[in-house]
Amino acid sequence: MSLATKLTLATAWLDGCSGCHMSFLDMDERLVDLVQRVDVVYSPLVDSKTLPDHVDVGILEGSVSSDEDLEKAEAFRKHCDLLISLGDCAVNGNVPAMRNRFKLQTVIDHAYRETADVNPQTPSNRVPALFERVRPVHACVAVDLFLPGCPPPADAIWHVLSELIAGRQPDPLAVSRFGA
Amino acid sequence: MTETVVIEPVTRIEGHARISLELNDDGAVTDAKFHLTQFRGFEKFCEGRPYREMPALTARTCGICPVSHLLASNKACDALLSVSIPPTAEKLRRIMNLAQLVQSHALSFFHLSSPDLLLGWDHDPASRNIFGVMQQAPELARDGIRLRQIGQQIIETLGGKKIHPTWVVPGGVNEALSQEKRDAMLALLPEGLEIAKRTYDFYKGLVPKFQAEAGNFGRLDTMFLSLVTPLGHLEHYDGLLRIKDARGRIVEDMIPPEDYERVIGEAVENFSYMKFPYYKPQGYPSGIYRVGPLARLNNAEACGTPYADVALAEFRMLQDEGPVASSFHYHYARLVEIIYAIEMMERLLRDPRILDERVRALARGNADVGIGVAEAPRGTLLHHYKIDDDGLIAWVNLVIATGHNNLAMNQSIRQVAEAYVDGNKLEEGMLNRVEAVIRCYDPCLSCASHAFGQMPLNIQLKDANGRVIDELRRD
Repeated sequence: MSLATKLTLATAWLDGCSGCHMSFLDMDERLVDLVQRVDVVYSPLVDSKTLPDHVDVGILEGSVSSDEDLEKAEAFRKHCDLLISLGDCAVNGNVPAMRNRFKLQTVIDHAYRETADVNPQTPSNRVPALFERVRPVHACVAVDLFLPGCPPPADAIWHVLSELIAGRQPDPLAVSRFGA
Repeated sequence: MTETVVIEPVTRIEGHARISLELNDDGAVTDAKFHLTQFRGFEKFCEGRPYREMPALTARTCGICPVSHLLASNKACDALLSVSIPPTAEKLRRIMNLAQLVQSHALSFFHLSSPDLLLGWDHDPASRNIFGVMQQAPELARDGIRLRQIGQQIIETLGGKKIHPTWVVPGGVNEALSQEKRDAMLALLPEGLEIAKRTYDFYKGLVPKFQAEAGNFGRLDTMFLSLVTPLGHLEHYDGLLRIKDARGRIVEDMIPPEDYERVIGEAVENFSYMKFPYYKPQGYPSGIYRVGPLARLNNAEACGTPYADVALAEFRMLQDEGPVASSFHYHYARLVEIIYAIEMMERLLRDPRILDERVRALARGNADVGIGVAEAPRGTLLHHYKIDDDGLIAWVNLVIATGHNNLAMNQSIRQVAEAYVDGNKLEEGMLNRVEAVIRCYDPCLSCASHAFGQMPLNIQLKDANGRVIDELRRD
């Protein structure tokens, strides 16, 4: 990760609101500087459909709520040297995990049977299977760095990425906190 | 024998989804489906929470338009309190909503769709993104970043945070506006308006090049649903529901949002976690309608601000007669609305009463049902709550803005796929066009997807004997 070579960065959202990615975009004009030093090789913001075999830094937003979330978290762990849990949903389950106090089927039934008037049913065709319990990312795969916040402020994301680019260990809790 | 082509994840949209296309032996598209792949369960897990938590909780539905949920939720809570909020509080809420319209529309146009519009649908996917636009058209990229930033800064000035602000509360807002903050926001607007007008003029010049796209990217005969003012003008915060048909005739008008259940039904299909709202009197699925910028401009008699009204007149000329039918023109409509939002914020901020200290009506829960509505950037958003005697949430229904467009998005991807996708010779750009029509709607899916790493996008076309006749990979 020297200054001479560009750092490769992959990002994904699991079960979240995409607010952490919006906070990433809130780096605003600093994004122009960032892409001088970082290659965004996989992200909902770009068009590549496959995660490269080797990525320097992976960022996951959101918690793990379905088989697809888990698959994605495992792929990020496998292919990224450093894995960052971005935001409170990834770090502690936050709002998505609020459904854990209900049985999954009652949550599904409310949305697709009780408040629907045509074809009430549980969607199952080419949609992911939901887990009974929502979990934070580190409950499924090892995480190297936690950046809490709902969402973490753009300055905090900038701090973490700049430190990594400079080859230093960032201190996320100095720049953000839970619920920030 | 049919083959299925799956595009996943759909990129440069807000949220995650996949698209599946069915092809017949001749390589022609016979069916297309848009799958939303996330389910969150807000309507259930909010049960038992104090209603005052709802604005902050439901804002977490979406990090792109949290202000819309904040407002629809607080309006539902205003109804639970049975109060009418102070006029200054309403104006302040409107400013925050308009600021969000600016940032969200800027995100959609510049960050997500401009790579297609500027670089082309067939451009190398490795640089067909906002970072590629920064290289190829740095001034436009800077304008987009700055315009979005202006919207976000106004939200932060009012609510303390750019994303998930909390300043709007049941009964109004929790802090009056200081003169210092008012002036800081006013200072941002001239630059914002300049960028908005410059971008609008640029895009207006570009649009004639997109005849083919305008004809095929969701050119549909549907109704249009939106809020309008009592005079029938453009409205994003309050007002009444209007529905026009594909020929521009008013089908329903001045419907109080509380009566939404009479006009809007919700269907379920097994291939998506997104429900399919429809116009109830016409039944499902013929009661198809669209919402969002295109619908709002088609439904409004006027914007009510000078530059936006000129732009609205030009918008109407995109078509010889009737409402603008092509979903491709959502892009155009979004740029008109950005101009409107900036002009309207200026007007509201210059209102002599905007610094009034009276910004909150205090009350307890006085009704057991509350319905709140607002125009989110992408369409009409409804929050419907019932509470028990202790003020705890007993029942919730949310009709999400993007959902209204579900039927139309499904029809649109089919139209694009039929026009551009040739199963006998698949090209990446063909599939990008199918994704691009979804980008026109600027959906907010806040959802997850998969299929990478061990499951890269790999499309194989096989003949009746199972022999691979064509293959497409997108890395």
